[in-house]
Amino acid sequence: MRKNPPLVLVNNLKKHFPTNQGMNKAVDGVSFEIYQGETLGLVGESGCGKSTTGKALLKLFSLTSGEIFFEGRDVSSLKKRELLSFRKDIQMIFQDPFSSLNPRMTTHEILKEPLIIHKVFKNRAIEKERVYELLELVGLDPSHANRFPHEFSGGQRQRIGIARALALNPKFIVCDEPIAALDVSIQAQIINLLKKLQIEMGLTYLFISHDLAMVRYLCTDVAVMYLGHVVEIGKSEQVYTSALHPYTQALLSAVSIPDPEKEKARKRIVLPGEIPSAINPPKGCVFCTRCPKVMPICKIEKPKLREIGSGHQVSCHLYQEN
Amino acid sequence: MTPLLQVKKLKVSFKHHFKKIDAVREVSFDLLPKQTVAIVGESGCGKSVLIKAILKLFSSSASIQAEKILYGGLDLNLLTEQELQKIRGKEIGVIFQDPMTSLNPTMKIGDQILENILLHKKSASFQEAKNEVLNLLALVGITDPAIRYYQYPHELSGGMRQRVMIAIALAPSPKILIADEPTTALDVTIQAQILSLLKKIQETRGTSILLITHDLSIVAGFCDKVMVMYAGKIVEVSDTASLFKDPKHPYTIKLLKSLPRLDVQPNTFLQAIGGVPPDLSTEIQGCSFAPRCFATMEVCTRFCPPSFGLEQRECACWLLDPRATKVKQ
Repeated sequence: MRKNPPLVLVNNLKKHFPTNQGMNKAVDGVSFEIYQGETLGLVGESGCGKSTTGKALLKLFSLTSGEIFFEGRDVSSLKKRELLSFRKDIQMIFQDPFSSLNPRMTTHEILKEPLIIHKVFKNRAIEKERVYELLELVGLDPSHANRFPHEFSGGQRQRIGIARALALNPKFIVCDEPIAALDVSIQAQIINLLKKLQIEMGLTYLFISHDLAMVRYLCTDVAVMYLGHVVEIGKSEQVYTSALHPYTQALLSAVSIPDPEKEKARKRIVLPGEIPSAINPPKGCVFCTRCPKVMPICKIEKPKLREIGSGHQVSCHLYQEN
Repeated sequence: MTPLLQVKKLKVSFKHHFKKIDAVREVSFDLLPKQTVAIVGESGCGKSVLIKAILKLFSSSASIQAEKILYGGLDLNLLTEQELQKIRGKEIGVIFQDPMTSLNPTMKIGDQILENILLHKKSASFQEAKNEVLNLLALVGITDPAIRYYQYPHELSGGMRQRVMIAIALAPSPKILIADEPTTALDVTIQAQILSLLKKIQETRGTSILLITHDLSIVAGFCDKVMVMYAGKIVEVSDTASLFKDPKHPYTIKLLKSLPRLDVQPNTFLQAIGGVPPDLSTEIQGCSFAPRCFATMEVCTRFCPPSFGLEQRECACWLLDPRATKVKQ
C-alpha cells in the first residue's frame, strides 16, 4: 500500500525493570511502525508504559528484548559515531516545561548546547543566528534570548523545549505529554505550533498523551496501550469512529464533551476498578479484570493483535481475523 | 430561595517581593442549596485563592476584604478563628486537588477520617465513629473497608486516595462541598468514576457543590451553573446549558472554541487564544481580556466593563452595552 519503508519500526519491544517485588513488565511486547511525515499517537493511562516506549525509541536504556529500526537500521547495533548521528536525528520534547529546562542557563545557552555538542557550526556568529532563527520559528521574541527560564510562562517554556528539540534539524521527535502541564488555552497554541512545524519541516512525531481529544487533532495513527500492551492500533479515523477494543470504547466514552445536551444523552461506560500492577499482570488478556464484556476465554488465553480492517488491529477475543 | 453562601465584593491581595498581587479583584456570587456551581478558569486566575479566602485559610501575608461573606446568617469575614473552626470542615468541606500530598503519610487512612468525625461530633463514641468511617469508605466506593481502614496512603492508588479525601470531607456531613480540581491529577477512566461518585453524593445527601476546575468539558455534564473567571474577576455567569449553547463573553467564546472535541470532525488547526493572561501584580486598566480579545474597542482599554445582566445571566463585557457595535464572531 505504501511505497516507502517506515521511518521507525518497532518489533516486539519489551522492557522489564527489576523491583523488590519482582519484574515490573512496563512494556511487554509492543510493535508499531511510523512513516515519514506522519504522527503516531500513543494513548493510555498513567503506568501503561507509553513513556517507557518513547524513551526506548531514543535508546535511553537497553531493551529487555525486541528490536527498533530507524531508517532501516537496527538501533541497538549503532556504535559511537553512528550513534552520535542517530541522536541528532531523533529528539525529545518533555512533559514538564518547569523541570526540563536548566534554571541556571539562559535561553540562548539552552538552545546553543546541542549545537556545541554536535559541533554543527565553527563560527560563533552563525551559531547565534541559528539560536535567533529557532526562537522565531517557535514564536518567541529573539530579544528574549538572554532571559532565564523562570522569566517565561509555562507555554513559552514549552516553546523553548520545542526549539531545543528542533536545533539539530531532527527527522523524528518523541513528544512525551508536551501539553499535559499547560492551560487549556495554551494547549491549543502548542498543538498548532507542532502541526505547523510538521508541515513546514516534514517532521515525524511520536505523540504520547492521555488526552484523546487532542490526539485526534494531531495524529494520523493512534495506538492505545494498556498495561504494557498495545490493545488497538489503526488510522485515527478508524479508531475514533469505530473503536473495537472494550478499553478504547471506555476511554472514548470517559472523555467529556463540552455540550450539556449531548453529555446528558450519552451513555458513559464507567470502568470498575483500577489498572492492575505491571509486576503481577492478570493472566490471559491484561484487560480482563475490568472489561465489561469479559468471557471465560479472556482469563485463560492472551489475545493476539489481529488485523480487522485495513491497518486496523485489535487484540481482543471478541473479534476474529478476516 | 435564600442562598446558602453569599459572597459580595471579595478582594484578595498578597504582598510578594515588594509587589502587591491582586489575585481576586471583586468577586460576588451566590450558592443556593442543592446547587452545583462550577468556577472555571485558567491557572493563576484566582479560583483557588477565592475559595481559600472564603474559609480564611491564608496566613497574614494575604489581605482579604469583602463587603460580606454570608453563610447561614453569619459573616465569615467577621468571625474569630475559634468560631471559624466550627464552620470549616463541619459546614463547608473541602476536597483538595492533589490526593498525593493532602493526606498525612504517617496516619492510617481510617484514622484520618475518624479524626474529622471526632473533631466535629464531640458526642460520638469511638465505636460509633469507627462504624461511621466504615460506612463512609463504602459510600465512596472503596472495597473491603475493614481492611482498607488500616492501610496507609502510599498503599493506595491515586483514585483511591481521592476517594479517601472525599470521605474525609464528607465525614461531618457538610452542607457545602468545595472540590478544588478533584479530577485533575487522575486518569480519564478514574476521573469518570470520581465525577459520578460526586454526583451520587449530591443526589443522596443534598449537598451543594462548588467545583473549581480549568476543564470546561467536565462542567457540561455535571453543573447547574457556571462562573467563568479571568484575571481575578468573574467575567461570565450563566446556567450551564445556555453558556455552552450561546456564550457571551469573548473569553468564554474563545475558550470553548479552543477545546478539542470528540463529537466534531477535526479541522487542521485548533482555534487557539493568542497571548497570555495579564500579570496580576501590575494595575490593569480597562478590561483584563482586551489584549487577547477579537473585538477590542476603544472603551475596553480604558474602562473596566460593568456586569451586564441578561435574564438569569451576567456578563462583564462592553459588547453587551447597547451602544456597542455588533460583532460577528
